[in-house]
This record gives sequence, structure tokens and C-alpha cells, in this order.
Amino acid sequence: MNDRDLMKLTRRKFLIVGAVTATSVALPPFISALASAANSARPVTNPVSMEVNGVPRQMNLDTRTTLLDALREHLQLTGTKKGCDHGQCGACTVIANGRRVNSCLTLAVMQQGSKITTVEGLGTPDKLHPMQAAFIKHDGYQCGYCTPGQICSAVAVLDEIRQGIPSHASPSLTDRPELIAREFQERMSGNICRCGAYSNIIQAISEVAEATA
Amino acid sequence: MRPFSYVRATSPAEAAQQAAQVEGARFIAGGTNLLDLMKLEIETPLHLIDVNDLALDRIEATPEGGLRIGALVRNTDLAADSRVRKDYGLLSRALLAGASGQLRNAATTAGNLLQRTRCPYFYDTNQACNKRHPGSGCAAIGGVTRQLGIIGVSSACIATHPSDMAVAMRVLDAQVETIRPDGTTRVIPMADFHRLPGNTPNIETALSANELITAVTLPAPVGGTHIYQKVRDRASYAFALISIAAVVQKNGTGHVAVGGVAHRPWRVEEAEKLMPDGAKAVTAKLLAGATPTHENEFKVTLVERTLASVMSQARAAS
Repeated sequence: MNDRDLMKLTRRKFLIVGAVTATSVALPPFISALASAANSARPVTNPVSMEVNGVPRQMNLDTRTTLLDALREHLQLTGTKKGCDHGQCGACTVIANGRRVNSCLTLAVMQQGSKITTVEGLGTPDKLHPMQAAFIKHDGYQCGYCTPGQICSAVAVLDEIRQGIPSHASPSLTDRPELIAREFQERMSGNICRCGAYSNIIQAISEVAEATA
Repeated sequence: MRPFSYVRATSPAEAAQQAAQVEGARFIAGGTNLLDLMKLEIETPLHLIDVNDLALDRIEATPEGGLRIGALVRNTDLAADSRVRKDYGLLSRALLAGASGQLRNAATTAGNLLQRTRCPYFYDTNQACNKRHPGSGCAAIGGVTRQLGIIGVSSACIATHPSDMAVAMRVLDAQVETIRPDGTTRVIPMADFHRLPGNTPNIETALSANELITAVTLPAPVGGTHIYQKVRDRASYAFALISIAAVVQKNGTGHVAVGGVAHRPWRVEEAEKLMPDGAKAVTAKLLAGATPTHENEFKVTLVERTLASVMSQARAAS
């Protein structure tokens, strides 16, 4: 690899190459051979088909592949981010069959036949989704890593309130929940923002809620 | 994660039967807890049986005037069901106090009951844990115990059950319906569903091998004021330090269970009888024999004060 090739590498590919190199340096070859010998079960692949952002996609995946990894590593839809990979941060939030879920905590094979919407499916740089535009207008991010998950979650939150689904912040279980900041704050608690852009995120959601009320 | 094979079952009987035929089989529904533990190799199934196609996702009225909640009803749908909101408000409130919106959309009723403890020593595979490796010991005892159990614990395990929903189900006298690999079905009262740790903390429920939960039933509504009060370290998306689930009648009688203190939802029927006498009397009976550590003895006080708050709210509401 010459310098020119290196310059062409995206940051993402550079990180992958770096990680592979680091692994091969850190572990002598026999360690990984031993590890796989101890693991007698062999990887199993299954065919999976799902509709992602309106496009039918077919893949042959190791059963262990999460929906998140299928999106990022197999369909190259890298808008959805891997934060904690344990359902604690919400960076991987996508909309599956109309409902927001943590894509890191569902297997791709379990989503056979599902309709998935990622941040790439909400809008494009030329035609932003109103929630994307509102996040930009209100500075609803700093580093931007949690933003795709925040936006997918926020879009679904407004939908959940309109469907009348109550929350921990709803004063009454029988009245319709309101499109107010207190509700947004509670319902967005599964999306962590390390930069602390929370107040601007709530402003963005509030603006979209008012515009579409 | 270890490799595993995967199938989608088409009926509850078939799922249970398949599970008995394949070594290392596990059922998967929402996957929010099992998959997390598989990544850490705390759970290492060789075969996953996906039960999501079993049509157990409905909530139906029972002839007795109660509700039968399918095992696959998602936490969001159960909390939002108009009958649950009206007649079993406690259950809606418990569900909405738990996890995040994303998790509630995926997590199921049966999976919620079967979720594993969040004891940090269970999650850390470098630590001794009698749940993960029976006989290896309990690193939590003598460790950081602020979140851990104060009653019904043993010298083998001081973990708590993390569910909010289960605490509400216990107060509502719910029953768990199951099917076994031989096709027989049975009903397990919530009072008997979760076990105390004893010497076998790895055995957490009354379920036998490969037994599949098909539904959870609720008896006819009992009225009263329904309150679920959860006390936690942050205002949302955190496990309970303690929680109180209560149904309080106008005359001050009622039912109460506590979460975050034991290996199962903690309810003592003899203590409930003291509800007209106030929170102090109830708590003394409810937590008699508690063995808290220096780090979690605050939970005893917190239970009494939260219960006092709940009873005061109930009086104001009736």
C-alpha cells in the first residue's frame, strides 16, 4: 500500500485496517487457532430478506449477525451507529415495522420479512426529513455520533404520542398524552448523548411536533 | 458470540417439542436480554428457536372477567392496552417505569418475567458467580452491594430480580400458563414462579426444562387505587433501587409488593393485613429477617418511606 492509496482510504476503512493489524500483532497465530478449536460449533449461515428503506434486500448471514451489523457491514448503510452494542445508548435505533428498536439487540434472521427504516431512509441531503432539518436548525448535536439514533427515535416518539401510547411522564393513563417537552424528555431517555445536546434535541422535537400538530 | 443454529417455530407445542430434541436449545422472542448475554457469552445456546410466529400476541378477556395476555405481547402494547390502563393501572405504570421506549417495543411479557439479574458480578465473567458457574462462589458478597438484595438472599447469591412488570404481576395475583415438550400444559401462580436463590441461584424459576410460557392471566379487576412507585438513581431508564407496587382500597386495606430487594418480587400477605396501621407496621412485617449490608441498608428505610408516600397518595386519590 503506497501513500497515495492510504490517502484514498476513508476514515472508516482506516480504522478497520488498523484494528485488524493491531489484533494480529497482539496475538500469536496459535492463540486464535486454539480459540476456534475450543469452539466446536461451526458458524451457521441463513438466508435473510428484508425491505430496507423501501428496497428489498437479500443476504446470506451468519446467524450471529445483529440487524445493526447487517445494516452497516453488509448493506453499507453506515448512518446507523454502533455505540455500546448492548441496548444501553440508543445510537443504533432504527424503525422496524413502524416501531423504534435497538438494532443491536435483534438478530438479522429474526427480521426476516421486516420493513426497516434507517436514518438514510428518512431523508436525503437534498430533501431532509423535517426532524433532520430541525436538528440542524437547533444544533441538536455536537459530535453527531448519536444523532441518527436520536432522529429515528424522535420521529417514532411523535408517532407513539399520536397513537395515544402513554409514558411514565403522562399524568393520567386514560387521557391522551400531550406533545410537550416533559413527554419528549421521558420518551427519549433511551438515547444517550455524550456531548449533552439534550436541551437542543428537545427544542428540535418540539418544533416538529408544533409544525405537524 | 458462540455460533448457533436457528429456526422459527410455528406452534407452541412444536416449539417446546423441538427444544427438547436439540441440545442447548433456547427460545428467543424479543431477544433484548438473551442476545445481550449471548454477546458476553454468559448465555451460550447452540440452537435458537424463534417463537415470534406463534400468534401469542393478543390480549383477550377471560370468562372469569380477567385478561389473558399472550406471551409475545410487547411491553409497549401491554402498557397501552385500554383495558389494562383502566382496570390494572399498576401494570401499565410498572411497564412504563421500566427500560426505554426502544426496549419496550421489543421486549415481551414472557421474556420480561424470564430476564436475568443485573448484578454486576453476574455480568462480569471474570468474577465468581453461582448463577453463571454453580459452585464458583459469589463475588458480590463482600463486594459492591448498593443495588443488591436485602431479603430472601443466601450465602450463595444476593442478586435481585430486575423486572418492574413482575412486581405488578405479583400484586395482581397473575398466573403463568405454560406448555411442556410432552404437550401438557399447566398454570403457575406468580407467587410460585420466581424462586429464592438458596443453594441453586442458577435455577431462577419454577419452569422445567424446555417449558414454554404461552400466556400470563390476570384475575378480574379488584378496583382500588393503583400505584407503582419506583425509586432509582436517575429519573428515567434505570433499574430500581426499590419499587412499591400497591393496590389500595378506600378503607385502607390492600395489596403491596416490593421490587429491587430480593431474588423475586417481594410480597408478604401477612404484612398486607397491617396496611390500615400504616407503612411502619407493614414494613416491619414485610422486611422482618432482612439481612442488608452496610451499603444497602438504606433500602429498608427507603421501602418504609416510599410505602408511606404511596399510602398517602392513595388516600388523596380515594
